Amino acid sequence: MTQTEAREPLLHVENLKQHFRINRNYTTKAVDGISFDIYPGETYGLVGESGSGKSTTGRALIRLYTPTAGKIIFDGRDISGNMKPEDEEYLRTNMQMIFQDPMACLNPRKKVKEIIAQGLEIHHMYKDQADLDEKVNTILEKVGLSREHATRYPQQFSGGQRQRIGIARALVLNPKLVIADEAISALDVSIQAQVVNLMKDLQDELGTTYLFIAHDLSMVKYISDRIGVMHLGHLVETGTTDEIFKNPVHPYTKSLLSAIPKPNPRVEKSRIALTYDKKKEGVDYTAGTAHQLTETHQVLATDEEFERWIKDTSY
Amino acid sequence: MTAKKDKKDRVLSVRDLNISFETASGTVRAIRGVRMDLFRGETIAIVGESGSGKSVTVKTIMGIMANNGKIESGRIDYTFTNEKGERETVDLTKLSQKEIRYRFNGKHIAMVFQDPMTSLDPTMIIGKQIMEGMILHEKLSKAAAKERAIDLLRKVGIENPEKRFHEYPHQLSGGMRQRVVIAIALACNPDILICDEPTTALDVTIQAKILELIKELQRETGVSVIYITHDLGVVAKVADYVDVMYAGRIVEKGSIDEIFYDPRHPYTWGLLASMPDTDTNSKRLFAIPGTPPNLLEKIDGDAFAPRNPFALAIDYKTEPPMFNVGGQHRVASWLCDPRAPKVEMPDQLKERMEKMRKENEGI
Ligand SMILES: Nc1ncnc2c1ncn2[C@@H]1O[C@H](COP(=O)(O)OP(=O)(O)OP(=O)(O)O)[C@@H](O)[C@H]1O
Ligand SMILES: Nc1ncnc2c1ncn2[C@@H]1O[C@H](COP(=O)(O)OP(=O)(O)OP(=O)(O)O)[C@@H](O)[C@H]1O
Ligand SMILES: [Mg+2]
Ligand SMILES: [Mg+2]
Repeated sequence: MTQTEAREPLLHVENLKQHFRINRNYTTKAVDGISFDIYPGETYGLVGESGSGKSTTGRALIRLYTPTAGKIIFDGRDISGNMKPEDEEYLRTNMQMIFQDPMACLNPRKKVKEIIAQGLEIHHMYKDQADLDEKVNTILEKVGLSREHATRYPQQFSGGQRQRIGIARALVLNPKLVIADEAISALDVSIQAQVVNLMKDLQDELGTTYLFIAHDLSMVKYISDRIGVMHLGHLVETGTTDEIFKNPVHPYTKSLLSAIPKPNPRVEKSRIALTYDKKKEGVDYTAGTAHQLTETHQVLATDEEFERWIKDTSY
Repeated sequence: MTAKKDKKDRVLSVRDLNISFETASGTVRAIRGVRMDLFRGETIAIVGESGSGKSVTVKTIMGIMANNGKIESGRIDYTFTNEKGERETVDLTKLSQKEIRYRFNGKHIAMVFQDPMTSLDPTMIIGKQIMEGMILHEKLSKAAAKERAIDLLRKVGIENPEKRFHEYPHQLSGGMRQRVVIAIALACNPDILICDEPTTALDVTIQAKILELIKELQRETGVSVIYITHDLGVVAKVADYVDVMYAGRIVEKGSIDEIFYDPRHPYTWGLLASMPDTDTNSKRLFAIPGTPPNLLEKIDGDAFAPRNPFALAIDYKTEPPMFNVGGQHRVASWLCDPRAPKVEMPDQLKERMEKMRKENEGI
């Protein structure tokens, strides 16, 4: 069969659900039954509108929540229910998350070097003090900060610098899987380029795998091997980057693609993007099932929708 | 040109602003002589590398300063209509933080902060947080404020606003929190709206909706807007004028067309060239080589010189003045001196300019 199917996925997610009970008669179904695989050394981009469940997916995978239902297999270990202590330790060292809201997860009373060293200390991943300092300084420089920054507190940084502290903290442990939640969205384009290039270098060197959550499709296109499109807690389409950009099938994916802004003032000031309204289109996500277009390209649809949507594509 | 400019109402004028911070490793000279003007109903965008001083500049306008920070010199003149209906100008740098907060914040000058969580109260439902300012400044009744708050939530694209009204910040997604902060800023019809990376976590469709909403408000109330964003697509969509910042200084400024179609500063070239383009197939993104200067050290000459492939000898000695290159366009680079050798922008950027020109022919 194909190469991808011959390989074991690093992360296997099956019918994952994460619901939040707000009160007696109201539950938010933030993630409502999604399945996907991520293979070692690849970058999987997760995109979708605000509130579609991207961060919740990331937080459920790294087990900040107990999933409502579904299965998560990480490097052959089942981490979806009560974990064995050794599986939990494996998860804590080999999966790291870069959080969307950097200030909310950086302790304001700790110096930057303490924040970055913390993970290394907890998991005893250094030889001596000199080695620890060396590791901290190296990663700081790699994310475009300097040694002088190590003794400052998080609130004494600019927004983009703070985001890079979060990136450094996650990458310093050399994890197998990094969940990057809007990790570069507060960075200016030049630093974005620097950080993305750094992530790619690590990938080439160490085979790091990324789940890259973002709303910026131009960056997602650039960095991802495959892309999953989320909407209202469902994974509506998934495929290789080429398939998603060249042959989008789901109307929601199409509307997302049509809205990518261009750095050209005259074009931007006069453009109108496609709008997508699930109710108006009459799409019911719970009624749809995964329809396979190629070995890698898949769309959530009912049979009738599938027939209709593929008409004006090259399938 | 100047005569025409004077006819417009100037709401904000920043002159020679210098700000520094004391840290364990020395004094950080974060803002080094910023000059900026804002007129009624206009939109300016401040762009520039991370750490270049964008947030510090606008936070100073809001009277917010870290306790290790200090305004070394400069003034920020704000002109507004006071309670008696007269035009009044005050220098915000002369007022205490308390005074600015009490007299101007929210009501006259509102800001959407870069980190939404830091400006939301985690213990209060979001609806109450939107209502607060309206009850305090606009003297609205509770019922009227609630109705307006729900309407604002709907306008920023939050579905089921009646239900969301009662939720706490941690129950919302990142982008929803960002939109709640925007709703709070819009609630009191300010004269000046400062948006620091207002849409970084928002997908393009909702981003477009928010930007459109702010534009609409601008047409209705004449509010002046300052956007800080690294997203040049957003800049292209909303800005009338652009200020490009580098290492605590404005290095190039001009109308949106001047900056996007005729950039002159090598830093601006780098910035425009590093935009990812959905049509590119290259495997590496262009990044401006080198790192920003260490603001702990005194900078001689042009701060960008060490990273500038076109740097001249004088760049390492003397800081360039602002050259007037015609129109509204001003550039702080020795390359704009008539005696300087003529250099061309990099090929990659030239190609992109050519592409934009072609796109524009179709409009
Ligand atoms: N309290 C502080 N103490 C020391 N340095 C500070 C403090 N606040 C800001 N700085 C420094 O001042 C410089 C300007 O920061 P500012 O927040 O204005 O950057 P910015 O342009 O908004 O960047 P970003 O795009 O990353 O948000 C940075 O180098 C930052 O590290
Ligand atoms: N702890 C929680 N309690 C209750 N509801 C929650 C909680 N966390 C998330 N939600 C809800 O789940 C939905 C999905 O949120 P999530 O943060 O996953 O969205 P997202 O795709 O990351 O959006 P964004 O792009 O805005 O960050 C939202 O409706 C949100 O309000
Ligand atoms: Mg999120
Ligand atoms: Mg900032």
